[in-house]
Amino acid sequence: MVPVSYYLVLSGILFACGVLGFLIKRNIITIFMSIELMLNGVNLSFVAFAAHWQKFSGQVFVFFVMVVAAAEAAVGLAIIIAVFRTRETLNVDQVNLLKL
Amino acid sequence: MTSSLHLWLIPILPLIGAVVNGFFGKRFSRRTVAAVALTFCGAAFVQALVVAAQFSSLELPHTEFVAHWIRSGDFLVNFEFYLDQLTLVMLLVVTGVGFLIHIYSVGYMWEEGGFYRFFSYLNLFMFFMLTLVLAGNYLQMFIGWEGVGLASYLLIGFYFTRDSAANAGKKAFIVNRIGDFGFLIALFLMIKHWGSLNFGEVFAAAEKLPVETAGFGLLTSIGLLLMVGAAGKSAQLPLYVWLPDAMEGPTPVSALIHAATMVTAGVYMVARSHIIFDHAPNALTVVAIVGTLTALFAATIGIAQTDIKKVLAYSTVSQLGYMFMACGVAAYSAGIFHLMTHAFFKGLLFLAAGSVIHAVGGEQDMRKMGGLRQYIPWTFLTMTIATFAIAGFWPLAGFFSKDEILWQAYSSQHGSWVFWLIGVITAFITSFYMFRLWFMTFFGDYRGADANKHGHSTHGHDEHGQGHGTPHESPMVMLAPLAILAVLSFVGGWVNIGGRFEHFLAPVFQTPAMAEAAGEATEAGSHGTEHLLVAISLAAAGLGLYFAYLLYLKRRDLPQKIADALGGFYEAVVHKYYVDEIYATLFVKPLVDGSTRILWHGVDQGVIDAAINDTANGARHVSDAARHMQSGNVRSYAGWVAAGGALIIAYMIWVGIR
Repeated sequence: MVPVSYYLVLSGILFACGVLGFLIKRNIITIFMSIELMLNGVNLSFVAFAAHWQKFSGQVFVFFVMVVAAAEAAVGLAIIIAVFRTRETLNVDQVNLLKL
Repeated sequence: MTSSLHLWLIPILPLIGAVVNGFFGKRFSRRTVAAVALTFCGAAFVQALVVAAQFSSLELPHTEFVAHWIRSGDFLVNFEFYLDQLTLVMLLVVTGVGFLIHIYSVGYMWEEGGFYRFFSYLNLFMFFMLTLVLAGNYLQMFIGWEGVGLASYLLIGFYFTRDSAANAGKKAFIVNRIGDFGFLIALFLMIKHWGSLNFGEVFAAAEKLPVETAGFGLLTSIGLLLMVGAAGKSAQLPLYVWLPDAMEGPTPVSALIHAATMVTAGVYMVARSHIIFDHAPNALTVVAIVGTLTALFAATIGIAQTDIKKVLAYSTVSQLGYMFMACGVAAYSAGIFHLMTHAFFKGLLFLAAGSVIHAVGGEQDMRKMGGLRQYIPWTFLTMTIATFAIAGFWPLAGFFSKDEILWQAYSSQHGSWVFWLIGVITAFITSFYMFRLWFMTFFGDYRGADANKHGHSTHGHDEHGQGHGTPHESPMVMLAPLAILAVLSFVGGWVNIGGRFEHFLAPVFQTPAMAEAAGEATEAGSHGTEHLLVAISLAAAGLGLYFAYLLYLKRRDLPQKIADALGGFYEAVVHKYYVDEIYATLFVKPLVDGSTRILWHGVDQGVIDAAINDTANGARHVSDAARHMQSGNVRSYAGWVAAGGALIIAYMIWVGIR
């Protein structure tokens, strides 16, 4: 049996990769994928704990997260398409009109 | 209890007029405005006459309760009206003279803008003045007292676009506040010690206290404080300075408020409070001294004035001084008698002066008048009667009232020959400056015409306005009140022949002790002395006439020579003894400077404004720094979120391991 801490470390590494990617990448699609990476890092810790405590609630949460991620993907991709159509770029640094 | 006379109607009627004209007058024609104002003022006069007609069948003093006003524990103030002989005299003078001046104003103000406003204010003044006169307690009197001050302010500043008029209004209001301060404290003392402001209760309480011959007791303090109030309202030393400036108002206002009625409110108040003063001889002496000095002081200033209305203004101050002199020697009825005759002849003088000013097209400088007698004969005739009346020639009104005062000043137990002497000197000066005015205005050649001829060549036609060409007589609507007042100035003094006026007022003023004293006085003062004194004051009046004739008609070069000979003193008199300048240096300038430096620059700008501005500036600087967080860059936002998340996690871990 693999100890739960291993899963947690892997989950943390995945999440950190997601955050790092989110912060340093400029392509919207890459950023989007980084978000997915973070979500899945969290999912991993959920299922790890569910297995550890022998409880279902963790697994149920994972389903919730996956549903939300699917919805988010639908909306997010729509936004990306809309941005690309109007700005003709996928570079987030050039999408910066919302400022003082 | 006699049946109700509906005394409340008397002040309310002019108030209705004021409200109607004030709110709707702008849409009325001039004719309607005048009709409304005259109707309501006249109705008050008629009501006063009705009261007078039923007067003999009344139990006096007659009080009418209207409503409770303040009920606080034992302290009770009502809306109530109080009628006795003194009230009746004041009532008839105020409504009668007031009504005549209303009529006159219709003619005088016909060409002026703000016609409805003028009559609304005038009616408002009548309301407050009648409230003052009819009040049944000191607080109600105080409402009227303040109200006439307000009306006076509004009317002095009637031509509010003119700076001098606006300033004169403010000056009158502020100087009156100083007097009101004294009056208010007197009221507080009454509340504290007697728990009431009702005339009946206050007088009963004062009656019981012993006479304060020495020291500075309660009654003396109240008396002196009341005198401060009276000095403010009635323009006595040292608070008289507002009255001459008040001549900025239209002339009927000067006649009504600053000669006939409002300024006599102080005299009325002192007479009304006579029981307090009777029990405080020291306060009474102060009243007499203030009155006497004011009479002399103002009369001397009157000599050197060239503005026709200013002469009359100083004359009013001086005559009010006579009234206070009378009150100060406990001859209240003589004071009220002079108040009444003064209302007639001084009202007439002002109205006639207004008619003169009207005739020469707004010119007020007597040096530019002269010879007007042939142009405006009716005005001349009425003015002549008034001038002889105020100078105190037999058998006109002023003779009777002034001699009564002088006689009382000499013979009363509170009197002294000093008061009498100053009174006679003042009578001489009064006669002199009044005849100076009379000669300068009506005799000699018309000097205004020359000025106008020069005006043609240099300034062209338009600058002089309509008052151009030969002087013209005023319309009938102005002359009729003049004629009526002239008759009253002529015969007004006869009511006291045989002391009838004083007998009429006696029940108000006589306490048993005084009745005895009065009896003694008439016994002691032989008729020989009285006749001698009358002869002396007549001689003083005649002398004044002679000197004025000599200086201003016969030897026109003499006044200048005398002025040169007197040098500095003449300068001082021309500049009204520099009183305004002294007040400006002593009180106004420190106040303005203190307000500017400490209150404005120091407290207002330094503390209040600074606190608010600094708060706002601080918020602005913090926000200025914080706004750079919002860069528009999505990844920087994400960075803030991540940093925040990291901070929270760090905190939780720190809490966890602690």
